[in-house]
Amino acid sequence: MKFSEKWLREFVDPAIDTQALSHLLTMAGLEVEELDPVAAAFHGVVVAEVLSVAPHPDADRLRVCSVNAGGEPLQIVCGAPNVAAGMKVPCATVGASLPGIDIKRAKLRGVESNGMLCSARELGLSEDHGGLLALPVDAPVGTDIRHYLDLDDNAFVIKLTPNRADCFGMLGIAREVSALTGAPLCVPEIVAAPVTLTEVLPVSIEAADLCGRFSGRVIRGVNARAATPEWMKRRLERAGMRSISVLVDISNYVMLELNRPNHVFDLDRVKGGLTVRWAREGEQLVLLNEQTITLTPDCGVIADETGVESFAGIMGGASTACSLDTRNVYVEAAFWQPDAIQGRARRYAFSSEAAHRFERGVDFADTVAGVERVTQLILELCGGEAGSIDDRITMLPSREPVRLRPLRVSRVLGLPFGDDAIEACLQRMALPFARDGSDYIVQPPTWRFDLRIEEDLIEELARLHGYDNIPTHPPVGRLAMPELPEGRRSASNVRHLMADRDYQEVINFAFVERRWEKDFAGNDTPVVLANPIASQMSVMRSTLIGGLVDNVVTNRRRQLDRVRVFEIGRCFAHDAQAVPVPGFAQTLRIAGLAWGAAQAEQWGAAARPTDFFDVKGDVEALVLPWQAAFVPARHVALHPGRSASISLNGHVIGFIGELHPELVQRYELVSAPLVFECNLEPLLGSAVPAYQTVSRQPAVRRDLALLVPRSTTLSQVLEGLRSASPAIVQDIALFDVYQGKGISDNEKSFAFRIVMQDTQRTLADAEVDATVDQLVMYAQREFGAKLRA
Amino acid sequence: MSDLEALVSQAEIDFSAAVDAVALEQVKARFLGKSGSLTELLKGLGKLDPDARKIAGAAINIAKQKVEAALEARREALRHAALEARLAEESLDVTLPGRGHAKGGLHPVTRTLERIEALFRGIGFDVADGPEIETDFHNFTALNTPENHPARSMHDTFYLEGASDVMLRTHTSPIQVRYMQAHVARHAGAATMPEIRIIAPGRVYRVDSDATHSPMFHQVEGLWVGESVSFADLKGVVSDFLHRFFEADRLDVRFRPSFFPFTEPSAEIDVSFPSGPLAGRWLEIAGCGMVHPNVLRHCGIDAERHTGFAFGFGPDRLTMLRYGINDLRLFYDGDVRFLSQFR
Repeated sequence: MKFSEKWLREFVDPAIDTQALSHLLTMAGLEVEELDPVAAAFHGVVVAEVLSVAPHPDADRLRVCSVNAGGEPLQIVCGAPNVAAGMKVPCATVGASLPGIDIKRAKLRGVESNGMLCSARELGLSEDHGGLLALPVDAPVGTDIRHYLDLDDNAFVIKLTPNRADCFGMLGIAREVSALTGAPLCVPEIVAAPVTLTEVLPVSIEAADLCGRFSGRVIRGVNARAATPEWMKRRLERAGMRSISVLVDISNYVMLELNRPNHVFDLDRVKGGLTVRWAREGEQLVLLNEQTITLTPDCGVIADETGVESFAGIMGGASTACSLDTRNVYVEAAFWQPDAIQGRARRYAFSSEAAHRFERGVDFADTVAGVERVTQLILELCGGEAGSIDDRITMLPSREPVRLRPLRVSRVLGLPFGDDAIEACLQRMALPFARDGSDYIVQPPTWRFDLRIEEDLIEELARLHGYDNIPTHPPVGRLAMPELPEGRRSASNVRHLMADRDYQEVINFAFVERRWEKDFAGNDTPVVLANPIASQMSVMRSTLIGGLVDNVVTNRRRQLDRVRVFEIGRCFAHDAQAVPVPGFAQTLRIAGLAWGAAQAEQWGAAARPTDFFDVKGDVEALVLPWQAAFVPARHVALHPGRSASISLNGHVIGFIGELHPELVQRYELVSAPLVFECNLEPLLGSAVPAYQTVSRQPAVRRDLALLVPRSTTLSQVLEGLRSASPAIVQDIALFDVYQGKGISDNEKSFAFRIVMQDTQRTLADAEVDATVDQLVMYAQREFGAKLRA
Repeated sequence: MSDLEALVSQAEIDFSAAVDAVALEQVKARFLGKSGSLTELLKGLGKLDPDARKIAGAAINIAKQKVEAALEARREALRHAALEARLAEESLDVTLPGRGHAKGGLHPVTRTLERIEALFRGIGFDVADGPEIETDFHNFTALNTPENHPARSMHDTFYLEGASDVMLRTHTSPIQVRYMQAHVARHAGAATMPEIRIIAPGRVYRVDSDATHSPMFHQVEGLWVGESVSFADLKGVVSDFLHRFFEADRLDVRFRPSFFPFTEPSAEIDVSFPSGPLAGRWLEIAGCGMVHPNVLRHCGIDAERHTGFAFGFGPDRLTMLRYGINDLRLFYDGDVRFLSQFR
């Protein structure tokens, strides 16, 4: 909401300066977003008349003018293209000061110049520098331009919250300032116009849930070509509105002045009477802004015999709009039910001043006053004769009195608020009240749609008291120790673990390109956004891998050759049974990606690319104290021979592998990143350590190298050996894998370290040897293994 | 000087002159070897009478001990010198960098969230979480924002195809609702409901994208509901938090009336730094207020008996202010050169 300070001060004029007024409004919840003087700081500029214009002897683009600035004619050299004899312009006389320039007597190309004729930009009024600012022909010569154009004024822009629709007009803001400062409120007197016509336009309201009140009158014989007075134009402009024509300007002026939207129909273009009703499916309307819309039955309209004339409470129609030829008008001011207006304009992708106000709620008591105010201005400026006001009320909002309990006020705000303070506030806000015991019964006014419950009034008291004056308490609460389950760890622990293993956390958008879902998850049915911000952010991700791969792409472009990133984020999929939001699984997942050298380039360590087992090591560290199982498994985004599922406690929780060579090529990554992704939740379980006796008996280590067919996996052999081991075998661990020279092409060698120990006694060599033999025989039988020489 | 003393002196001189262990052993032979001078003197004792032999023997033995001591001292000195020489050769350039794995790091916003969580845990707040695809009920209706409410236009909402009653949550406030509902269910039937004290950090979504708006960003919601929670307490908690978070006792904090459908009274929180590039300017940093009774009622809480406050901070903005970051988009760009500065 933009407005002129001077206009506001006509309604209420507190003894505080502009800055203090601005601070007052901001701290009352009417946040001042912008505050600018309407003109630059200058002095010494007066209204002048150009008497004559002659060419400059030495310069084609300069003219030598004789100017009447109120004294002896002045010779002034001027370069403006529009300078012409007879025009009235602002003239900076010798001694004047403008932004960046002091006016002195000077010679321009040898011709004396005693001042400067000014453009709007030179006075800081606008950016217009196309020529001199032409003033009305009746502008009095010699008058200070600041006075003549009323330039000692400021334009305020306040950001209104949706609850304060009452402040979309000067009257509302003035009421607020009056309540905050105690300065008296001066409302312009609205005198009922003399009724000289008997004519009444037939109006029928068919839907009370659309229109609660409809007031209007006929005015005949108006001059729509009359000029809008300068004062009105100025106020409109300082409120951010352009002057259009006198009838439109009057309508807008009253809207801004009283926060009373209204409409002026061209009466001669209305056929028959007016009907206020819900639209019929498919009805069309050409709006004032030339937009043609097709209405639905939840849109309100005003129609005449020929069809829809107006989008009720939102925008007038083109067919009954006033023009310069309009002679007879119908002035209307209505109360439209907020529910009937809300969201409608937005649905058709536009907004209007009226809709903005009506959907939030407009005073329903002042429709007649609004019509009178418009009438008053029309009769004054355009002439004409008025008919009587036809005021129809169907259904008005109830304004239930609100009970206000002083103790509750103190409890909610945390400061004692006595009866005196409460009464003072209510009186300043002009809120009528009665007492009921210790309580106040407060009557909210017709223009406040936001005072419905006790808390609303408490906020009013707090605002008037000043939020700054509410104490800042250290809060009091009952102490209780937090739960600290040792068998759980937080996502934060997991993050730190990843960071400690040389992964950088990233946060990627949850909406991704549709192609990523196909490439990295094989997902043809992703969750799709109805209104994406861009096509590359059109579907919700079901995997984090796409984002991580994209991180490699962007960082590679920035010349990095090693990228290790991870993210914890939600992944989304259709799932009818999902909780807590049925239809959508939203699982928190963690994914990591390592690309480039296994270790950052360093001296004394040979560089080698990251491989599967580097990242597998990271995953193993992540799931500690448990061991995950890795089973060869295909994944659409992974190299089929270098990918595995990750299982924990018998449940598949994720996958790991090398990115598929085709994707490496498609995303131009040069070398293949290693990736993993798991559900986060299983990783958050941990274990409370369970103590086991440490044996005091010596342990015996035996090494065992077995040749097995190449297709045999380690986990087959290891799990087999473990299951075949007697109790004295404490541990079997792989310490070497070999294939190549010295053994046949279809074999490989696993070297195991076997640790044997008894808790009670020292093991005899014979028992150790027998155990090893037993394991070798088992391996021979099960895997066709041979003891490697 | 007796002959013996001269001999001892000579031995000490000769030992000192030996430059290594081999030379020393050769010198040793000259004095203590089979035909060394001391050995010869001892052999000559037999020719003396017993009394003289006794005296001369004692003197020779003393001289021999002195020679042996000198020999041992020299051996030790040579050993020490040899060790020193070897160690000197083994010395490293200790300025070479250490080897092994580097360390990664957390995202700067995560860093902020962790600090926020730690501060609030310190006064007994729990951390809650909720879904990012949210129902219309939880995101709006339960928060006193019915359909068509003008406040809905403050949030440009992402909707999903084929599902009219769900959306990407536009704020973390729906977590309040879910938490309160669960809390009420958990304590149903108890004479007094324990206080609710939570913060709820998370990602939120709005249809908006420029240098100061990202279509996905973070919020952290706070909620304290109890039987005597007031606006003054809200001011206390939020001011305390801001001073601790920015580690600035001189930070100015102000509360300014505002409007949110789910709080009444409502406030915006502005801060002003005493120094730095933004010194003296009021910066909008959070919204807050007393939980609207309708919201409490939607969650099954007796709004007459309980009051509460809620607040919502933007961790992205807090992070930018804390570290002097000037472009929000850096957070979501994955540029490792930027992110790795927050290790």
